[in-house]
Amino acid sequence: MSAKTKLPIGQEAIEKKGWIGAHKYLLLRRISQAIFLLLFLIGPWFGLWIVKGNLAGSLTLDVLPLTDPLVLLQGIVARHWPEMTAIIGALIVGVAYALIGGRVYCSWVCPINPVTDGAHWLHEKLGLQKGWQPKKNTRYWVLGMVLIVSALTGTIAWEFVNPITMLHRGLIFGIGFAWSFVIAVFLFDLFVSRRGWCGHLCPVGAFYDLLGTKSILRVSARNRAACDDCMDCFAVCPEMHVITPALRGKGDETPLILSPDCTNCGRCIDVCSVDVFRFTHRFDQSPAPGRDDAATQSPARDARAA
Amino acid sequence: MSATKKPKVVDRRRFLMDAARAAAGCAVAGSLLAVYARDARALPAEALRPPGALPEEDFLAACIRCGLCVRDCPYDTLVLAELGVDGAATGTPFFTARDIPCEMCDDIPCVKACPTGALDPGLTEIDEAKMGIAVLVDEENCLNALGLRCDVCYRVCPVIDEAITLERQHNERSGHHAMFMPVVHAEFCTGCGKCEKSCVLPEAAIKVLPVRLARGKLGEHYRLGWEQMDENGAPLVDGLIDLPDRLPGPGTDNLATPGGFEPTFRLPSGGTGQ
Repeated sequence: MSAKTKLPIGQEAIEKKGWIGAHKYLLLRRISQAIFLLLFLIGPWFGLWIVKGNLAGSLTLDVLPLTDPLVLLQGIVARHWPEMTAIIGALIVGVAYALIGGRVYCSWVCPINPVTDGAHWLHEKLGLQKGWQPKKNTRYWVLGMVLIVSALTGTIAWEFVNPITMLHRGLIFGIGFAWSFVIAVFLFDLFVSRRGWCGHLCPVGAFYDLLGTKSILRVSARNRAACDDCMDCFAVCPEMHVITPALRGKGDETPLILSPDCTNCGRCIDVCSVDVFRFTHRFDQSPAPGRDDAATQSPARDARAA
Repeated sequence: MSATKKPKVVDRRRFLMDAARAAAGCAVAGSLLAVYARDARALPAEALRPPGALPEEDFLAACIRCGLCVRDCPYDTLVLAELGVDGAATGTPFFTARDIPCEMCDDIPCVKACPTGALDPGLTEIDEAKMGIAVLVDEENCLNALGLRCDVCYRVCPVIDEAITLERQHNERSGHHAMFMPVVHAEFCTGCGKCEKSCVLPEAAIKVLPVRLARGKLGEHYRLGWEQMDENGAPLVDGLIDLPDRLPGPGTDNLATPGGFEPTFRLPSGGTGQ
Protein backbone atom coordinates (compact mmCIF):
# COMPACT_ATOMS: atom_id res chain seq x y z
CA MET A 1 0.00 0.00 0.00
CA SER A 2 1.16 3.51 -0.60
CA ALA A 3 -0.17 6.98 -0.04
CA LYS A 4 -1.57 6.83 -3.56
CA THR A 5 -3.90 4.05 -2.54
CA LYS A 6 -6.05 6.68 -0.89
CA LEU A 7 -6.49 8.71 -4.06
CA PRO A 8 -9.72 8.24 -6.04
CA ILE A 9 -9.44 5.38 -8.50
CA GLY A 10 -7.79 6.39 -11.74
CA GLN A 11 -7.11 9.99 -10.73
CA GLU A 12 -3.41 9.75 -11.33
CA ALA A 13 -3.87 8.09 -14.68
CA ILE A 14 -6.27 10.84 -15.71
CA GLU A 15 -3.79 13.49 -14.68
CA LYS A 16 -1.03 11.79 -16.58
CA LYS A 17 -2.73 10.46 -19.71
CA GLY A 18 -5.78 12.72 -19.90
CA TRP A 19 -9.38 11.50 -19.45
CA ILE A 20 -9.53 9.89 -22.88
CA GLY A 21 -6.20 8.15 -22.37
CA ALA A 22 -7.27 6.84 -19.01
CA HIS A 23 -10.54 5.49 -20.42
CA LYS A 24 -9.36 4.31 -23.82
CA TYR A 25 -10.28 0.65 -23.51
CA LEU A 26 -13.44 1.41 -21.57
CA LEU A 27 -14.59 3.67 -24.39
CA LEU A 28 -13.58 1.14 -27.04
CA ARG A 29 -15.45 -1.52 -25.14
CA ARG A 30 -18.62 0.54 -24.92
CA ILE A 31 -18.34 1.30 -28.62
CA SER A 32 -17.86 -2.40 -29.34
CA GLN A 33 -20.89 -3.31 -27.24
CA ALA A 34 -22.95 -0.66 -29.00
CA ILE A 35 -21.81 -1.86 -32.43
CA PHE A 36 -22.70 -5.47 -31.66
CA LEU A 37 -26.17 -4.30 -30.75
CA LEU A 38 -26.58 -1.76 -33.55
CA LEU A 39 -25.46 -4.22 -36.23
CA PHE A 40 -28.50 -6.28 -35.32
CA LEU A 41 -30.77 -3.26 -34.96
CA ILE A 42 -30.19 -1.40 -38.23
CA GLY A 43 -31.95 -4.25 -40.01
CA PRO A 44 -35.28 -3.90 -38.24
CA TRP A 45 -34.89 -0.12 -37.83
CA PHE A 46 -33.77 0.93 -41.29
CA GLY A 47 -34.32 -2.16 -43.43
CA LEU A 48 -30.58 -2.48 -43.96
CA TRP A 49 -29.91 -6.15 -43.41
CA ILE A 50 -26.23 -6.51 -42.64
CA VAL A 51 -26.87 -8.93 -39.79
CA LYS A 52 -30.02 -10.93 -39.19
CA GLY A 53 -30.89 -12.79 -36.01
CA ASN A 54 -29.42 -12.28 -32.57
CA LEU A 55 -26.54 -13.44 -30.38
CA ALA A 56 -27.90 -16.99 -30.20
CA GLY A 57 -27.66 -17.33 -33.96
CA SER A 58 -27.19 -14.93 -36.82
CA LEU A 59 -26.50 -14.59 -40.52
CA THR A 60 -24.20 -11.81 -41.69
CA LEU A 61 -24.45 -10.47 -45.25
CA ASP A 62 -26.41 -13.61 -46.16
CA VAL A 63 -23.26 -15.75 -46.07
CA LEU A 64 -21.64 -15.90 -42.63
CA PRO A 65 -23.55 -18.03 -40.14
CA LEU A 66 -22.71 -17.58 -36.45
CA THR A 67 -24.12 -19.63 -33.60
CA ASP A 68 -23.62 -19.42 -29.86
CA PRO A 69 -21.74 -22.64 -29.08
CA LEU A 70 -23.22 -22.99 -25.59
CA VAL A 71 -26.78 -22.72 -26.90
CA LEU A 72 -25.99 -25.36 -29.49
CA LEU A 73 -24.28 -27.57 -26.91
CA GLN A 74 -27.43 -27.48 -24.77
CA GLY A 75 -29.46 -28.48 -27.83
CA ILE A 76 -27.13 -31.41 -28.45
CA VAL A 77 -27.34 -32.69 -24.86
CA ALA A 78 -31.11 -32.27 -25.22
CA ARG A 79 -30.73 -34.82 -28.03
CA HIS A 80 -31.17 -32.70 -31.14
CA TRP A 81 -28.35 -33.02 -33.64
CA PRO A 82 -28.28 -29.66 -35.44
CA GLU A 83 -27.97 -28.98 -39.15
CA MET A 84 -24.55 -28.17 -40.55
CA THR A 85 -25.19 -24.41 -40.76
CA ALA A 86 -25.48 -24.14 -37.00
CA ILE A 87 -22.46 -26.37 -36.41
CA ILE A 88 -20.30 -24.30 -38.75
CA GLY A 89 -21.52 -21.13 -37.04
CA ALA A 90 -20.67 -22.48 -33.62
CA LEU A 91 -17.22 -23.59 -34.77
CA ILE A 92 -16.44 -20.14 -36.18
CA VAL A 93 -17.52 -18.47 -32.94
CA GLY A 94 -15.74 -21.07 -30.81
CA VAL A 95 -12.44 -20.79 -32.65
CA ALA A 96 -12.55 -17.00 -32.67
CA TYR A 97 -13.06 -16.76 -28.91
CA ALA A 98 -10.57 -19.55 -28.25
CA LEU A 99 -7.99 -17.33 -29.95
CA ILE A 100 -8.83 -13.87 -28.66
CA GLY A 101 -9.90 -14.92 -25.17
CA GLY A 102 -13.21 -16.57 -24.35
CA ARG A 103 -14.33 -13.93 -21.97
CA VAL A 104 -13.77 -11.20 -24.54
CA TYR A 105 -17.41 -12.12 -25.20
CA CYS A 106 -18.24 -10.96 -21.67
CA SER A 107 -16.51 -7.61 -21.78
CA TRP A 108 -16.72 -6.59 -25.43
CA VAL A 109 -19.96 -8.12 -26.74
CA CYS A 110 -22.37 -9.17 -24.00
CA PRO A 111 -25.22 -6.64 -23.57
CA ILE A 112 -25.51 -7.50 -19.88
CA ASN A 113 -22.00 -6.16 -19.22
CA PRO A 114 -23.09 -2.49 -19.24
CA VAL A 115 -25.91 -3.47 -16.88
CA THR A 116 -23.64 -5.13 -14.32
CA ASP A 117 -20.98 -2.44 -14.79
CA GLY A 118 -23.70 0.10 -14.03
CA ALA A 119 -24.71 -1.87 -10.96
CA HIS A 120 -21.10 -1.93 -9.82
CA TRP A 121 -20.70 1.79 -10.39
CA LEU A 122 -23.76 2.48 -8.26
CA HIS A 123 -22.61 -0.06 -5.71
CA GLU A 124 -19.37 1.88 -5.26
CA LYS A 125 -21.18 5.24 -5.22
CA LEU A 126 -23.46 4.05 -2.46
CA GLY A 127 -20.57 2.46 -0.60
CA LEU A 128 -22.43 -0.81 -0.14
CA GLN A 129 -21.03 -3.98 1.39
CA LYS A 130 -19.69 -6.53 -1.04
CA GLY A 131 -22.31 -8.98 0.19
CA TRP A 132 -22.48 -12.64 -0.74
CA GLN A 133 -19.38 -13.76 -2.59
CA PRO A 134 -19.85 -17.27 -3.98
CA LYS A 135 -16.82 -19.54 -4.36
CA LYS A 136 -14.89 -18.95 -7.53
CA ASN A 137 -15.86 -22.28 -9.06
CA THR A 138 -19.59 -21.70 -8.53
CA ARG A 139 -20.09 -20.71 -12.14
CA TYR A 140 -18.77 -24.06 -13.33
CA TRP A 141 -21.31 -25.76 -11.10
CA VAL A 142 -24.02 -23.60 -12.63
CA LEU A 143 -22.78 -24.49 -16.11
CA GLY A 144 -22.93 -28.17 -15.23
CA MET A 145 -26.41 -27.72 -13.83
CA VAL A 146 -27.58 -26.03 -17.02
CA LEU A 147 -26.33 -28.92 -19.15
CA ILE A 148 -27.90 -31.50 -16.85
CA VAL A 149 -31.26 -29.71 -16.85
CA SER A 150 -31.06 -29.44 -20.65
CA ALA A 151 -30.49 -33.18 -20.88
CA LEU A 152 -33.24 -34.03 -18.40
CA THR A 153 -35.92 -31.74 -19.83
CA GLY A 154 -34.91 -32.15 -23.47
CA THR A 155 -34.87 -28.40 -23.91
CA ILE A 156 -32.28 -25.67 -24.35
CA ALA A 157 -32.81 -24.94 -20.68
CA TRP A 158 -30.76 -21.80 -20.07
CA GLU A 159 -32.57 -19.96 -22.84
CA PHE A 160 -35.68 -19.90 -20.68
CA VAL A 161 -33.94 -17.52 -18.25
CA ASN A 162 -30.72 -16.32 -19.92
CA PRO A 163 -30.69 -12.54 -19.31
CA ILE A 164 -28.14 -12.03 -22.12
CA THR A 165 -30.26 -13.35 -24.95
CA MET A 166 -33.44 -12.08 -23.27
CA LEU A 167 -32.08 -8.53 -23.45
CA HIS A 168 -30.41 -8.82 -26.84
CA ARG A 169 -33.34 -10.58 -28.50
CA GLY A 170 -35.76 -8.32 -26.67
CA LEU A 171 -34.19 -5.14 -28.00
CA ILE A 172 -34.24 -6.51 -31.54
CA PHE A 173 -37.51 -8.46 -31.66
CA GLY A 174 -39.61 -7.02 -28.83
CA ILE A 175 -38.94 -7.51 -25.17
CA GLY A 176 -42.23 -8.20 -23.39
CA PHE A 177 -41.52 -8.69 -19.71
CA ALA A 178 -37.95 -9.91 -20.29
CA TRP A 179 -36.90 -6.63 -18.68
CA SER A 180 -37.57 -8.31 -15.37
CA PHE A 181 -34.60 -10.64 -15.88
CA VAL A 182 -32.31 -7.72 -16.67
CA ILE A 183 -33.51 -5.73 -13.67
CA ALA A 184 -33.09 -8.82 -11.49
CA VAL A 185 -29.44 -9.11 -12.52
CA PHE A 186 -28.90 -5.40 -11.86
CA LEU A 187 -30.45 -5.57 -8.39
CA PHE A 188 -28.60 -8.80 -7.61
CA ASP A 189 -25.26 -7.16 -8.39
CA LEU A 190 -26.21 -3.99 -6.57
CA PHE A 191 -27.61 -5.32 -3.31
CA VAL A 192 -26.89 -9.02 -3.01
CA SER A 193 -23.48 -9.68 -4.43
CA ARG A 194 -20.88 -7.24 -5.72
CA ARG A 195 -19.90 -8.29 -9.27
CA GLY A 196 -21.88 -11.39 -8.44
CA TRP A 197 -23.59 -12.28 -11.71
CA CYS A 198 -20.80 -11.95 -14.28
CA GLY A 199 -18.05 -12.78 -11.82
CA HIS A 200 -19.49 -15.79 -10.04
CA LEU A 201 -22.69 -17.22 -11.46
CA CYS A 202 -23.26 -16.70 -15.17
CA PRO A 203 -22.87 -20.08 -16.93
CA VAL A 204 -22.35 -18.38 -20.28
CA GLY A 205 -19.30 -16.63 -18.83
CA ALA A 206 -18.15 -19.94 -17.38
CA PHE A 207 -18.44 -21.58 -20.79
CA TYR A 208 -16.47 -18.87 -22.56
CA ASP A 209 -14.02 -18.97 -19.66
CA LEU A 210 -13.28 -22.63 -20.43
CA LEU A 211 -13.26 -21.93 -24.16
CA GLY A 212 -10.53 -19.30 -23.78
CA THR A 213 -8.25 -21.25 -21.45
CA LYS A 214 -5.43 -21.27 -24.01
CA SER A 215 -6.25 -18.04 -25.80
CA ILE A 216 -3.55 -16.13 -27.64
CA LEU A 217 -4.48 -12.57 -26.70
CA ARG A 218 -3.44 -11.78 -23.13
CA VAL A 219 -2.70 -8.82 -20.90
CA SER A 220 0.83 -8.71 -19.56
CA ALA A 221 2.15 -6.84 -16.53
CA ARG A 222 5.46 -6.52 -18.33
CA ASN A 223 6.36 -3.22 -16.72
CA ARG A 224 5.54 -4.51 -13.24
CA ALA A 225 8.82 -3.19 -11.87
CA ALA A 226 7.27 0.29 -12.10
CA CYS A 227 4.21 -0.58 -9.99
CA ASP A 228 3.76 1.92 -7.19
CA ASP A 229 1.06 0.01 -5.31
CA CYS A 230 -1.73 2.46 -6.00
CA MET A 231 -4.10 -0.58 -6.21
CA ASP A 232 -6.23 1.03 -8.93
CA CYS A 233 -5.97 -2.02 -11.19
CA PHE A 234 -7.37 -4.22 -8.43
CA ALA A 235 -10.16 -1.71 -7.87
CA VAL A 236 -11.30 -1.67 -11.48
CA CYS A 237 -10.71 -5.32 -12.36
CA PRO A 238 -13.93 -7.37 -12.43
CA GLU A 239 -11.90 -10.53 -11.70
CA MET A 240 -9.22 -9.05 -9.48
CA HIS A 241 -7.67 -12.37 -8.49
CA VAL A 242 -6.23 -12.71 -11.99
CA ILE A 243 -3.87 -9.77 -11.52
CA THR A 244 -1.90 -10.87 -8.47
CA PRO A 245 0.20 -13.71 -9.95
CA ALA A 246 1.27 -11.57 -12.90
CA LEU A 247 1.81 -8.28 -11.12
CA ARG A 248 3.41 -9.63 -7.98
CA GLY A 249 5.45 -12.33 -9.73
CA LYS A 250 9.21 -12.31 -9.47
CA GLY A 251 11.58 -12.07 -12.38
CA ASP A 252 11.33 -15.69 -13.41
CA GLU A 253 7.56 -15.83 -13.15
CA THR A 254 5.52 -14.86 -16.16
CA PRO A 255 4.04 -11.37 -16.22
CA LEU A 256 1.22 -12.69 -18.44
CA ILE A 257 -2.25 -12.79 -16.97
CA LEU A 258 -2.97 -16.39 -17.91
CA SER A 259 -6.12 -16.96 -15.86
CA PRO A 260 -9.04 -17.67 -18.23
CA ASP A 261 -11.18 -15.58 -15.87
CA CYS A 262 -9.54 -12.44 -17.28
CA THR A 263 -12.02 -10.82 -19.66
CA ASN A 264 -9.39 -8.88 -21.60
CA CYS A 265 -11.36 -5.73 -20.85
CA GLY A 266 -8.18 -3.67 -20.68
CA ARG A 267 -9.41 -1.52 -17.83
CA CYS A 268 -6.19 -2.19 -15.87
CA ILE A 269 -4.23 -0.79 -18.80
CA ASP A 270 -6.39 2.35 -18.74
CA VAL A 271 -6.18 3.00 -15.08
CA CYS A 272 -2.44 2.46 -14.52
CA SER A 273 -0.57 5.74 -14.41
CA VAL A 274 2.81 4.05 -14.84
CA ASP A 275 1.75 1.79 -17.75
CA VAL A 276 2.47 -1.54 -16.14
CA PHE A 277 0.01 -3.43 -18.35
CA ARG A 278 -0.27 -3.96 -22.08
CA PHE A 279 -2.00 -6.31 -24.49
CA THR A 280 0.26 -8.99 -25.92
CA HIS A 281 0.18 -12.68 -26.85
CA ARG A 282 0.64 -15.68 -24.60
CA PHE A 283 3.98 -16.60 -26.16
CA ASP A 284 5.48 -13.21 -25.33
CA GLN A 285 8.75 -14.00 -23.56
CA SER A 286 9.90 -10.41 -23.07
CA PRO A 287 11.85 -10.10 -19.85
CA ALA A 288 9.80 -8.58 -17.06
CA PRO A 289 11.80 -8.18 -13.90
CA GLY A 290 9.78 -8.26 -10.72
CA ARG A 291 9.41 -5.09 -8.74
CA ASP A 292 12.00 -5.87 -6.08
CA ASP A 293 13.81 -8.82 -7.57
CA ALA A 294 17.20 -7.60 -6.39
CA ALA A 295 16.05 -7.30 -2.80
CA THR A 296 14.18 -10.58 -2.50
CA GLN A 297 16.10 -13.03 -4.62
CA SER A 298 16.96 -15.91 -2.36
CA PRO A 299 19.48 -18.66 -2.97
CA ALA A 300 16.70 -21.18 -3.15
CA ARG A 301 14.95 -19.25 -5.90
CA ASP A 302 18.20 -18.92 -7.81
CA ALA A 303 18.71 -22.64 -7.53
CA ARG A 304 15.22 -23.33 -8.85
CA ALA A 305 15.66 -20.94 -11.70
CA ALA A 306 18.93 -22.59 -12.67
CA MET B 1 4.86 -34.82 9.24
CA SER B 2 1.75 -34.16 11.26
CA ALA B 3 2.17 -30.47 10.62
CA THR B 4 1.91 -31.05 6.89
CA LYS B 5 -0.83 -33.61 7.17
CA LYS B 6 -3.27 -31.70 9.30
CA PRO B 7 -4.12 -28.90 6.87
CA LYS B 8 -4.73 -31.55 4.23
CA VAL B 9 -7.52 -33.09 6.28
CA VAL B 10 -9.05 -29.69 6.81
CA ASP B 11 -8.71 -28.97 3.10
CA ARG B 12 -10.40 -32.19 2.19
CA ARG B 13 -13.20 -31.51 4.63
CA ARG B 14 -13.61 -28.00 3.32
CA PHE B 15 -13.53 -29.25 -0.25
CA LEU B 16 -16.22 -31.81 0.44
CA MET B 17 -18.27 -29.24 2.32
CA ASP B 18 -17.98 -26.68 -0.47
CA ALA B 19 -18.79 -29.27 -3.08
CA ALA B 20 -21.83 -30.42 -1.13
CA ARG B 21 -23.06 -26.86 -0.75
CA ALA B 22 -22.55 -26.07 -4.42
CA ALA B 23 -24.24 -29.30 -5.46
CA ALA B 24 -27.18 -28.64 -3.16
CA GLY B 25 -27.51 -25.08 -4.41
CA CYS B 26 -27.39 -26.25 -8.01
CA ALA B 27 -29.93 -28.99 -7.28
CA VAL B 28 -32.39 -26.40 -5.95
CA ALA B 29 -31.75 -23.91 -8.75
CA GLY B 30 -31.75 -26.69 -11.34
CA SER B 31 -35.06 -28.06 -10.13
CA LEU B 32 -36.63 -24.62 -10.39
CA LEU B 33 -35.20 -24.21 -13.87
CA ALA B 34 -36.45 -27.66 -14.88
CA VAL B 35 -39.96 -26.94 -13.59
CA TYR B 36 -39.97 -23.61 -15.38
CA ALA B 37 -38.70 -25.21 -18.58
CA ARG B 38 -41.36 -27.93 -18.43
CA ASP B 39 -44.13 -25.41 -17.80
CA ALA B 40 -42.97 -23.29 -20.69
CA ARG B 41 -43.41 -26.26 -23.03
CA ALA B 42 -47.18 -25.96 -22.95
CA LEU B 43 -47.86 -24.29 -26.27
CA PRO B 44 -51.21 -22.48 -26.37
CA ALA B 45 -53.62 -23.74 -29.00
CA GLU B 46 -53.73 -20.42 -30.89
CA ALA B 47 -49.94 -20.32 -31.31
CA LEU B 48 -49.01 -22.19 -34.47
CA ARG B 49 -45.43 -23.16 -35.23
CA PRO B 50 -43.89 -22.36 -38.64
CA PRO B 51 -44.05 -24.94 -41.43
CA GLY B 52 -41.82 -27.95 -40.88
CA ALA B 53 -41.50 -27.33 -37.14
CA LEU B 54 -40.52 -30.45 -35.24
CA PRO B 55 -43.01 -31.76 -32.65
CA GLU B 56 -43.05 -29.39 -29.68
CA GLU B 57 -40.84 -31.53 -27.37
CA ASP B 58 -38.17 -31.82 -30.05
CA PHE B 59 -38.63 -28.24 -31.17
CA LEU B 60 -37.51 -26.80 -27.84
CA ALA B 61 -34.30 -28.84 -28.01
CA ALA B 62 -33.63 -27.63 -31.53
CA CYS B 63 -34.79 -24.00 -31.74
CA ILE B 64 -32.09 -21.57 -30.63
CA ARG B 65 -34.53 -18.65 -30.85
CA CYS B 66 -32.40 -16.70 -33.31
CA GLY B 67 -35.38 -15.33 -35.23
CA LEU B 68 -33.90 -15.98 -38.69
CA CYS B 69 -37.16 -17.61 -39.80
CA VAL B 70 -38.99 -14.48 -38.66
CA ARG B 71 -36.65 -12.30 -40.70
CA ASP B 72 -37.07 -14.32 -43.86
CA CYS B 73 -40.86 -14.52 -43.66
CA PRO B 74 -41.98 -12.16 -46.44
CA TYR B 75 -45.44 -11.63 -44.99
CA ASP B 76 -44.48 -10.87 -41.37
CA THR B 77 -46.51 -13.89 -40.39
CA LEU B 78 -43.96 -15.24 -37.95
CA VAL B 79 -43.06 -13.47 -34.72
CA LEU B 80 -40.89 -14.39 -31.76
CA ALA B 81 -42.81 -14.93 -28.53
CA GLU B 82 -42.34 -12.18 -25.98
CA LEU B 83 -42.09 -13.10 -22.33
CA GLY B 84 -45.38 -12.66 -20.51
CA VAL B 85 -47.14 -11.40 -23.65
CA ASP B 86 -47.34 -14.45 -25.89
CA GLY B 87 -48.00 -17.92 -24.60
CA ALA B 88 -45.30 -19.73 -26.56
CA ALA B 89 -41.88 -20.29 -24.95
CA THR B 90 -39.96 -17.01 -24.82
CA GLY B 91 -38.22 -16.15 -28.04
CA THR B 92 -39.57 -19.05 -30.08
CA PRO B 93 -41.26 -18.39 -33.44
CA PHE B 94 -44.98 -18.80 -33.91
CA PHE B 95 -47.90 -17.23 -35.73
CA THR B 96 -51.51 -16.50 -34.96
CA ALA B 97 -53.74 -17.50 -37.86
CA ARG B 98 -56.41 -14.91 -37.09
CA ASP B 99 -53.77 -12.11 -37.22
CA ILE B 100 -51.60 -13.08 -40.16
CA PRO B 101 -51.91 -16.57 -41.62
CA CYS B 102 -49.17 -18.43 -43.44
CA GLU B 103 -49.13 -17.60 -47.15
CA MET B 104 -47.49 -20.94 -47.97
CA CYS B 105 -44.58 -19.67 -50.07
CA ASP B 106 -43.46 -22.23 -52.64
CA ASP B 107 -39.79 -21.85 -51.67
CA ILE B 108 -40.52 -22.03 -47.89
CA PRO B 109 -37.95 -19.34 -46.89
CA CYS B 110 -38.48 -19.83 -43.15
CA VAL B 111 -37.39 -23.46 -43.33
CA LYS B 112 -34.38 -22.51 -45.44
CA ALA B 113 -33.40 -19.85 -42.91
CA CYS B 114 -33.38 -22.20 -39.92
CA PRO B 115 -29.76 -22.99 -39.02
CA THR B 116 -30.45 -25.89 -36.65
CA GLY B 117 -33.15 -27.93 -38.34
CA ALA B 118 -35.81 -26.99 -35.79
CA LEU B 119 -37.78 -26.38 -38.99
CA ASP B 120 -37.21 -29.65 -40.81
CA PRO B 121 -35.32 -29.08 -44.07
CA GLY B 122 -36.93 -32.30 -45.29
CA LEU B 123 -40.06 -30.25 -45.96
CA THR B 124 -39.68 -29.22 -49.58
CA GLU B 125 -43.34 -29.14 -50.67
CA ILE B 126 -45.30 -26.56 -48.73
CA ASP B 127 -48.51 -28.51 -49.41
CA GLU B 128 -47.13 -31.22 -47.14
CA ALA B 129 -46.77 -28.84 -44.19
CA LYS B 130 -48.76 -29.66 -41.05
CA MET B 131 -48.81 -26.46 -39.02
CA GLY B 132 -52.17 -27.50 -37.63
CA ILE B 133 -55.54 -28.73 -38.85
CA ALA B 134 -58.51 -26.51 -39.56
CA VAL B 135 -61.63 -27.50 -37.66
CA LEU B 136 -65.13 -26.10 -38.11
CA VAL B 137 -65.46 -25.53 -34.40
CA ASP B 138 -68.87 -23.87 -34.50
CA GLU B 139 -71.36 -25.64 -36.75
CA GLU B 140 -74.16 -23.52 -35.35
CA ASN B 141 -72.90 -20.04 -36.16
CA CYS B 142 -71.16 -20.88 -39.42
CA LEU B 143 -73.11 -18.92 -42.03
CA ASN B 144 -73.24 -21.88 -44.35
CA ALA B 145 -74.82 -23.86 -41.54
CA LEU B 146 -77.45 -21.12 -41.33
CA GLY B 147 -78.27 -21.76 -44.95
CA LEU B 148 -76.29 -18.90 -46.52
CA ARG B 149 -73.69 -19.30 -49.23
CA CYS B 150 -70.81 -17.59 -47.44
CA ASP B 151 -68.22 -20.13 -48.63
CA VAL B 152 -65.35 -17.77 -47.80
CA CYS B 153 -63.21 -20.35 -46.00
CA TYR B 154 -63.63 -22.69 -48.92
CA ARG B 155 -62.79 -20.02 -51.47
CA VAL B 156 -59.60 -18.80 -49.76
CA CYS B 157 -58.22 -22.26 -49.06
CA PRO B 158 -54.93 -22.68 -50.98
CA VAL B 159 -55.78 -26.37 -51.31
CA ILE B 160 -59.38 -25.71 -52.36
CA ASP B 161 -61.56 -28.77 -53.05
CA GLU B 162 -59.05 -30.98 -51.31
CA ALA B 163 -58.49 -29.54 -47.84
CA ILE B 164 -61.95 -27.99 -47.69
CA THR B 165 -64.92 -29.19 -49.68
CA LEU B 166 -68.50 -28.05 -49.54
CA GLU B 167 -70.80 -30.95 -48.78
CA ARG B 168 -74.44 -30.53 -49.72
CA GLN B 169 -76.83 -31.43 -46.97
CA HIS B 170 -80.56 -31.27 -46.62
CA ASN B 171 -81.70 -28.27 -44.60
CA GLU B 172 -84.00 -29.87 -42.09
CA ARG B 173 -85.15 -26.57 -40.69
CA SER B 174 -86.62 -25.15 -43.90
CA GLY B 175 -87.40 -28.59 -45.20
CA HIS B 176 -86.61 -27.77 -48.83
CA HIS B 177 -83.31 -25.93 -48.96
CA ALA B 178 -79.73 -27.13 -49.09
CA MET B 179 -76.83 -26.34 -46.80
CA PHE B 180 -73.30 -26.39 -48.16
CA MET B 181 -71.24 -27.38 -45.15
CA PRO B 182 -67.49 -26.73 -45.26
CA VAL B 183 -65.76 -29.99 -44.47
CA VAL B 184 -62.04 -30.16 -43.73
CA HIS B 185 -60.03 -33.12 -44.93
CA ALA B 186 -57.10 -33.40 -42.56
CA GLU B 187 -54.99 -35.30 -45.04
CA PHE B 188 -54.71 -32.22 -47.24
CA CYS B 189 -55.02 -29.37 -44.71
CA THR B 190 -51.67 -27.66 -44.05
CA GLY B 191 -52.91 -25.52 -41.17
CA CYS B 192 -51.99 -22.29 -42.94
CA GLY B 193 -54.89 -20.53 -41.24
CA LYS B 194 -56.25 -18.61 -44.23
CA CYS B 195 -59.72 -19.98 -43.54
CA GLU B 196 -59.62 -18.83 -39.92
CA LYS B 197 -58.28 -15.44 -40.93
CA SER B 198 -61.01 -14.97 -43.53
CA CYS B 199 -64.00 -16.22 -41.59
CA VAL B 200 -66.42 -13.32 -41.74
CA LEU B 201 -67.80 -13.83 -38.24
CA PRO B 202 -66.53 -11.59 -35.43
CA GLU B 203 -65.14 -14.77 -33.89
CA ALA B 204 -64.08 -17.33 -36.44
CA ALA B 205 -66.26 -20.42 -36.74
CA ILE B 206 -63.40 -22.33 -38.36
CA LYS B 207 -60.13 -22.41 -36.47
CA VAL B 208 -56.75 -24.00 -36.97
CA LEU B 209 -55.87 -26.20 -34.03
CA PRO B 210 -52.65 -28.02 -33.26
CA VAL B 211 -52.81 -31.55 -34.63
CA ARG B 212 -52.90 -32.99 -31.11
CA LEU B 213 -56.17 -31.13 -30.43
CA ALA B 214 -57.68 -31.36 -33.88
CA ARG B 215 -57.47 -35.08 -34.44
CA GLY B 216 -58.46 -38.29 -32.81
CA LYS B 217 -56.44 -41.42 -33.26
CA LEU B 218 -57.73 -44.70 -34.59
CA GLY B 219 -56.79 -47.77 -32.57
CA GLU B 220 -54.08 -49.66 -34.37
CA HIS B 221 -56.08 -52.86 -34.49
CA TYR B 222 -58.61 -51.36 -36.88
CA ARG B 223 -58.25 -52.40 -40.48
CA LEU B 224 -60.01 -50.36 -43.14
CA GLY B 225 -61.41 -53.01 -45.42
CA TRP B 226 -61.88 -50.70 -48.40
CA GLU B 227 -58.27 -49.56 -48.27
CA GLN B 228 -57.01 -53.09 -47.95
CA MET B 229 -59.20 -54.15 -50.80
CA ASP B 230 -57.72 -51.39 -52.97
CA GLU B 231 -54.21 -52.48 -52.10
CA ASN B 232 -54.97 -56.14 -52.60
CA GLY B 233 -57.10 -55.72 -55.68
CA ALA B 234 -59.52 -58.26 -54.24
CA PRO B 235 -61.18 -59.08 -50.94
CA LEU B 236 -58.68 -60.25 -48.36
CA VAL B 237 -60.85 -63.15 -47.32
CA ASP B 238 -61.66 -65.69 -50.01
CA GLY B 239 -64.85 -67.63 -50.25
CA LEU B 240 -67.19 -65.01 -48.85
CA ILE B 241 -70.77 -66.06 -49.39
CA ASP B 242 -72.44 -63.54 -51.69
CA LEU B 243 -75.93 -63.31 -50.31
CA PRO B 244 -78.62 -61.88 -52.60
CA ASP B 245 -79.14 -58.14 -52.18
CA ARG B 246 -82.46 -57.16 -50.73
CA LEU B 247 -84.24 -55.39 -53.51
CA PRO B 248 -86.66 -52.54 -53.00
CA GLY B 249 -90.17 -53.79 -53.02
CA PRO B 250 -93.48 -53.29 -51.36
CA GLY B 251 -93.44 -50.45 -48.84
CA THR B 252 -90.80 -48.36 -50.63
CA ASP B 253 -91.22 -45.54 -53.13
CA ASN B 254 -89.25 -47.28 -55.80
CA LEU B 255 -91.58 -47.55 -58.72
CA ALA B 256 -89.11 -49.58 -60.68
CA THR B 257 -89.95 -52.69 -58.80
CA PRO B 258 -93.24 -54.38 -58.40
CA GLY B 259 -95.15 -53.27 -55.35
CA GLY B 260 -93.77 -49.73 -55.25
CA PHE B 261 -96.10 -46.82 -54.71
CA GLU B 262 -96.41 -43.17 -55.75
CA PRO B 263 -94.25 -40.56 -53.93
CA THR B 264 -96.11 -38.05 -51.78
CA PHE B 265 -94.66 -35.04 -53.60
CA ARG B 266 -94.26 -34.61 -57.29
CA LEU B 267 -93.15 -31.62 -59.39
CA PRO B 268 -96.08 -29.90 -61.14
CA SER B 269 -96.25 -31.40 -64.59
CA GLY B 270 -95.37 -29.03 -67.41
CA GLY B 271 -93.65 -26.63 -64.97
CA THR B 272 -90.22 -25.28 -65.68
CA GLY B 273 -88.87 -27.21 -62.77
CA GLN B 274 -87.18 -24.64 -60.56
